[in-house]
Amino acid sequence: MFDALILMLDSTVRLSTPLLLTALAGLYAERSGVFDIGLEGKLLIAAFAAAATASVTGSAWLGALAGMGASILFALLHGLACITYRGNQIVSGVAINFLAAGLTALLGTAWFHQGGRTPPLMGGERFQTLQLPFAESLADVPVIGGIYSELLSGHYLLVYVAFAAAPFSWWVLYRTRFGLRLRAVGENPAAVDTAGISVVRMRYLALVCAGVLCGLAGAYLAVAQSAGFIKDMSAGKGFIALAALIFSKWRPIQVMFACLLFGFLDAAAIRLQGQELPLIGAAPVQLIQALPYILTVVLLAGFIGKAVPPKAGGTPYVKER
Amino acid sequence: MPSEVTPQAPPSPGQRRPPAIELVGISKSFGAVQANRDIALRVEAGTIHGVIGENGAGKSTLMSILYGFYQADSGDILVGGRKVSIPDSQAAIALGIGMVHQHFMLVEPFTVLENVMLGAEGGALLNRGRAKARAELVRLEREYDLRVDPDAIVGDLPVGQQQRVEILKALYRGADILILDEPTGVLTPDEADQLFRILAQLKSQGKTVVLITHKLREIMAITDSCSVMRQGRMVATRPTAGTSVEELAELMVGRRVLLRVEKGPANPAEIRLKVEDARVVDGQGVERLRGVSLEVRAGEIVGVAGVAGNGQSELLEAIAGIRPLASGEITLCGKPCAGTDPNGLRAEGLAHVPEDRHRMGLVTKFDAKENVILGYHDRAEYRSGLFLDRGAILEACRRHMQDFDVRPPAPDLKTANFSGGNQQKIVLAREIEQDPAVLIVGQPTRGVDVGAIEAIHRRLIELRDAGKAILLVSVELDEIRALSDRVLVMFDGRVMGELPGDAGEREIGLLMSGVEAAHA
Repeated sequence: MFDALILMLDSTVRLSTPLLLTALAGLYAERSGVFDIGLEGKLLIAAFAAAATASVTGSAWLGALAGMGASILFALLHGLACITYRGNQIVSGVAINFLAAGLTALLGTAWFHQGGRTPPLMGGERFQTLQLPFAESLADVPVIGGIYSELLSGHYLLVYVAFAAAPFSWWVLYRTRFGLRLRAVGENPAAVDTAGISVVRMRYLALVCAGVLCGLAGAYLAVAQSAGFIKDMSAGKGFIALAALIFSKWRPIQVMFACLLFGFLDAAAIRLQGQELPLIGAAPVQLIQALPYILTVVLLAGFIGKAVPPKAGGTPYVKER
Repeated sequence: MPSEVTPQAPPSPGQRRPPAIELVGISKSFGAVQANRDIALRVEAGTIHGVIGENGAGKSTLMSILYGFYQADSGDILVGGRKVSIPDSQAAIALGIGMVHQHFMLVEPFTVLENVMLGAEGGALLNRGRAKARAELVRLEREYDLRVDPDAIVGDLPVGQQQRVEILKALYRGADILILDEPTGVLTPDEADQLFRILAQLKSQGKTVVLITHKLREIMAITDSCSVMRQGRMVATRPTAGTSVEELAELMVGRRVLLRVEKGPANPAEIRLKVEDARVVDGQGVERLRGVSLEVRAGEIVGVAGVAGNGQSELLEAIAGIRPLASGEITLCGKPCAGTDPNGLRAEGLAHVPEDRHRMGLVTKFDAKENVILGYHDRAEYRSGLFLDRGAILEACRRHMQDFDVRPPAPDLKTANFSGGNQQKIVLAREIEQDPAVLIVGQPTRGVDVGAIEAIHRRLIELRDAGKAILLVSVELDEIRALSDRVLVMFDGRVMGELPGDAGEREIGLLMSGVEAAHA
């Protein structure tokens, strides 16, 4: 029983990682007042760029860099549309999702001729898991061994990066000048402007942060968790991350817990696949998978507190006459 | 704090400081609209200088140029005797110019301290700057008597205190010249007095204050000199001691205006509108109306005074059938009507001029003739079979426009392209045309220029004399006092007391700040 639980938590951590990185990406964008429904698209294009580059260059690291680059490029495209040209942020985000879905399929087929897949990544083309010190020797110690060697050790570097990124983002948001300005620009850009700070610059910077984090998430999907890119492999994770962001009311530490919860639901759905449960019968896997969305809708309906988005979110900043 | 600001010595006898601000030949146009034409302005250091003018006279544009929000098309700006260019707000701040905007530039979920620091954090990490800012705030508080709790969340503070935060922000950045744009619009008379005391204090410390306002009394009360703008031009500058309210009003409008509409005594008849113990709870579960009772009789204007946000809007909306009552009863011409929808109420003889004409009164993207029938579009006179009778609508619109002197009288013009005063006339025309028994009016002259205010006020008095029952909600105390036969003062969702229409400003102001009437 304990072992099963550890295994489940272990896969929770793995499955939460891309959600967490993506949700934090959304956090930077949305706290700056730019709604980012294009997380899914950035995740997908990053996964593709990472896998393609890793496969061609033979380096997982270069793959990750390329993933970040592609995702930043898409973030800047979003910025161009809705910061510089003051377009609708939702429309721009949806466009980015379509663009990523189409572009990855097209380029994947054209370049690798494997029906949209990239070639399987092997050896140094893929990230390796890290063993924490003494993981092996502690493995047989009851309880602690399970927790340390299974749950905490043996993950990809990006997993540790993701879980460090949450408290780090908290520190950035609440303890640095950049964070103060970022939060301010999402609440009242006019206040930021009159304080002599460029609203446009702040929002672009926030989108670049989002691009970096989405890039890491994409690299994790294609170059760590899986050995290569598969068509549409983001599979709605960008939207679940968005749900987690709303669920946590745009706060970094809470984002981490929301992602862990949603990751756990995902892990449970996988584990219960095809199993008979007492009383219920066949496990309602689809229901479990839909739970993140259901929970978010319940939250938005006001049953669990109230989710108030950054006040200036969704509206392009125009100096008033 | 910017280091390039040359510290100016406090004024000493015998030593003349150069003017704090001097504008020469400033012009600015937006497309075809010339907002400022060849403006000259001289503000002496260490004085309070008023700039008055109607809405759209170009005051705000001029000040935005001074604060680096816009660039002038031509002309020179001199600050402290030196010619400068102000490409952005940062440059203005560096020159020691601070601005308190009409709509506060505050981040509501932030603390006072965070708001003051924003843009002047003193380093990439907040910790060190925060300690410095806190110490500086304490100093400013002592020096200028600007008491605000640095750790309070700005959104929780009353408006008067939020305004102090804005002033503190400017002072923290080392402002020597403080520009205030319509600072008293949102304040109670008492808060306004406090603000004036602070401004006097700033002046005594050698700071220069520029006060932009359309309220003539403020100019008379606090300024040393004042300049009048009209249609983008600076038409006159006067020492305050050598001018009068009447002269300034005439300069502002360009012709003689009656500041007080003449009205005879009211002849109240039967009760037309009766509200009993009305309670309204908003979406957040907060009780916004806590048992309000009132009566309005035919042939009288009952004014509801109060600082914005004390339940007046909810009262209007409840009577108009837009907001449901939690409890209580509303009687219209003897018939109980709580729960009737706005359309039903209209049929019963209620007309509503909403507080916010853009949000509720008009569809600004529609043209004038379409707005003239909104809410009455299903009346037989505007219909021909299943369709709207375009000819009849056009005819009605023409008639309204003539009756109310709407300019330009163009039924096909998009409503957004009319000035505020003319938009308001369109709403009034629509509501009055149906010959209602009861008229409820919210902020009838908000954002309306002086000339149109006069016309709207005169119209309301005429309606009263024609036997209508009128309930007037306004945050402008002058308006309440000019029009009302009886004044109810609201505070925190309750009616604090009733005063006669000629009650003094102090008396009303006291009730507005929540102090019970002495005899109550």
